[in-house]
Amino acid sequence: MNFGFTEEQELLRQEVRKFLDAHCPMEQVRKLMETPDGFSRELWKQIGELGWLGLTVPEAQGGAGLGWVDLVVVLEEMGRTLFPSPFLGATIGAAAIREAGSDAQKSRWLPALADGSAIASLAWLEPSDRIDLAGVELAGKPSDKGVTLSGVKVQVLDAPAADLFVVAFRDGSAVKLAVVERSAAGVTVEATPSIDQTRRVGRVRFENVVVAADAVLADASEATTTRILDLATAAVTAESLGAAEAAIRLTVRYANERLQFGSPIGRFQGVKHPLAEAFVDVESAKSILYYAAWALDERDADASRAVSLAKAYMSEAFPRVGIDAVQLHGGVGFTWEYDPHLYLKRSKWARPAFGDADFHYDRAIAIGEK
Amino acid sequence: MDFHLTPEEEAFRSEVRAFLDENLAPGVNKNDPKFLAEWNRKVREKRWVGFSWPKEVGGGGATIMEQVILKEEMSKRKAPALGTCFMGLAWVGPAIIQYGTEAQKQRFIPDILDGKYQWCTGYSEPGSGSDLASLQCKCVREGDEYVVNGQKIWTSIAMWSKWIILLVRTDPNAASKHDGITCLLVPMNTPGVTVRPIRNMSGGAMFAEVFFDNVRVPVENRLGEEGQGWQVTVSALQHERSSIAEVEGLKRKLEELKELARKSRKNGRPALEDDGIRRRIARFEAKIEGMRFNGMRALTKQLRGEPLGAETSINKLLRAELEVAFGEIALEMQGSAGHLAKEVDGGRWQNFALSWPEVVIGGGTPNIQKNIIAERVLGLPKD
Repeated sequence: MNFGFTEEQELLRQEVRKFLDAHCPMEQVRKLMETPDGFSRELWKQIGELGWLGLTVPEAQGGAGLGWVDLVVVLEEMGRTLFPSPFLGATIGAAAIREAGSDAQKSRWLPALADGSAIASLAWLEPSDRIDLAGVELAGKPSDKGVTLSGVKVQVLDAPAADLFVVAFRDGSAVKLAVVERSAAGVTVEATPSIDQTRRVGRVRFENVVVAADAVLADASEATTTRILDLATAAVTAESLGAAEAAIRLTVRYANERLQFGSPIGRFQGVKHPLAEAFVDVESAKSILYYAAWALDERDADASRAVSLAKAYMSEAFPRVGIDAVQLHGGVGFTWEYDPHLYLKRSKWARPAFGDADFHYDRAIAIGEK
Repeated sequence: MDFHLTPEEEAFRSEVRAFLDENLAPGVNKNDPKFLAEWNRKVREKRWVGFSWPKEVGGGGATIMEQVILKEEMSKRKAPALGTCFMGLAWVGPAIIQYGTEAQKQRFIPDILDGKYQWCTGYSEPGSGSDLASLQCKCVREGDEYVVNGQKIWTSIAMWSKWIILLVRTDPNAASKHDGITCLLVPMNTPGVTVRPIRNMSGGAMFAEVFFDNVRVPVENRLGEEGQGWQVTVSALQHERSSIAEVEGLKRKLEELKELARKSRKNGRPALEDDGIRRRIARFEAKIEGMRFNGMRALTKQLRGEPLGAETSINKLLRAELEVAFGEIALEMQGSAGHLAKEVDGGRWQNFALSWPEVVIGGGTPNIQKNIIAERVLGLPKD
């Protein structure tokens, strides 16, 4: 039994941390979040060269062939610094092709995603705001060329930067996935600005978009699409974990420095206890998440339940950490200059992303009853 | 990350399961004295009592993983306890093994393993609860004896115990309040010891006040050096291992709660179909799983030989929260009958909802655990 990271994984964490601290400290994050693209192409190229973009892409397609446990390490670090980049969206997009694509399809798209020359994004959610399979209503009409897509996707992660979309569509009773190029006729991408400026999402419209038969992913069984959503959910949770821990640390640092009534405010239990409670919740959600990531890599039957418990727990803990961070900073916590609001805003995106606490608690208890 | 066991560990798990198949038949009356006597003899023979203790003193010399496996399997099958001398096994024994003289080890350890009699714990005082190190029980040395005067409180099972492990103040002028404390092992039948049971809010009496009036204790009954009592206590309490057994217990309790939710009615249908109830139950499940994997992460640290920080405080806090919340939801689900003493399941949930303080307050209140986490893990200034 070993419930810890390997030496390689610890080294990976060090590498990511060092890189982000050197190249994208908070001043840089704040600069990037004010730009139209919201990220640096130069840094994107560099993390591609470091191999992070292909981390979970199979070796056969030019990636490192690592698992979700390794990815968790990287996402925690990116969450910690609120690293503005399409990394999360691109990783989920590539994972969808990895999971559902045939060998030919994987070879067609994954190498460019692994080296960062292209960015893919999973287009799942629709205006109904239903994250489950039944929420996929975008119509895919069979045609002699393949399939014609019509409908709207919202909250498409990193859509403004994406070159490819992995689009979930309905074909009768089945949900299928198609790879659609951004440049295809009938595709329009509209950025939908978030209060979290370090995160970019968009609305993507598909108007009679013709997709060739060989661009419909080979395996879109319910088990596969469920797994893709589980992988995405775990990834979001990992990033939230890093951000929540950073917000706690930030607040602890402030509580140690800020003097009131002749003492650091961190000495008062009114400050100490909410931080301890936040720590307990984040730490426990983290333990479940690590197990969930392991279960996903092992294709363990318990994976979906574990993912849902981790996300549900984090969806409650992280927003609370965001609020506590602002509140415990007092007046300065409300200013643009101090960082707590950046984490607070991230939590507003993360809470519903790929299912909120209610959704995942409902799902976890239903899985337990099967 | 790897949750698989080694072949040796798997073999040990099979051994435990086989033992349970043979010695714990389904439906057996676990309160039958004849069954219990036989059970106690057999687990002692296996050296599963004091399983973690060194073999030289009669323990099992088990690895950490073996301890975890044994606890887990026993708990899954709701097996009776391994050994009957609860506090002796939990911290008196470990303290004697670490700090005791050869004579003390020979005198006390075999009896603890055999469960010959009970030990109780004289730590808290009326004026010293969460601030235990402020204790004032007076102790003066006269020749080869110590003379003890003072009072202890919240002493669990004092009325059924033959011995007490006692913390007293031998040096009221010590530089630090932690330094003037000494640990004594005292027979409860010594002249001058008086026990007065305290009735608790569920109507029972598990703990007592213990009064010491010129109680004379031979110096040979001192555990550790004079003034070393705090250290003896703290290191003995650290023997508390991972929280595997507690997690299994909470999982079982959650299953019972689901059963109750199935038969309780809310708005005209089973409570288990109510979204609010379902989500609260799922939230409990998340916290229990959090505890389980927090425990495993701590265990991994132990296996790697890394020191444990205040991690155990995290699970103590979660457990405290769950113990209180379980009682609350159980009574809420019973609706207007929630306050009736005997109406549902013979009143066991009412009893449960009135018994959490034993776990939640005993051994460090939630607020103290939060202080520990804030100060020792997060690095906030001490109070």
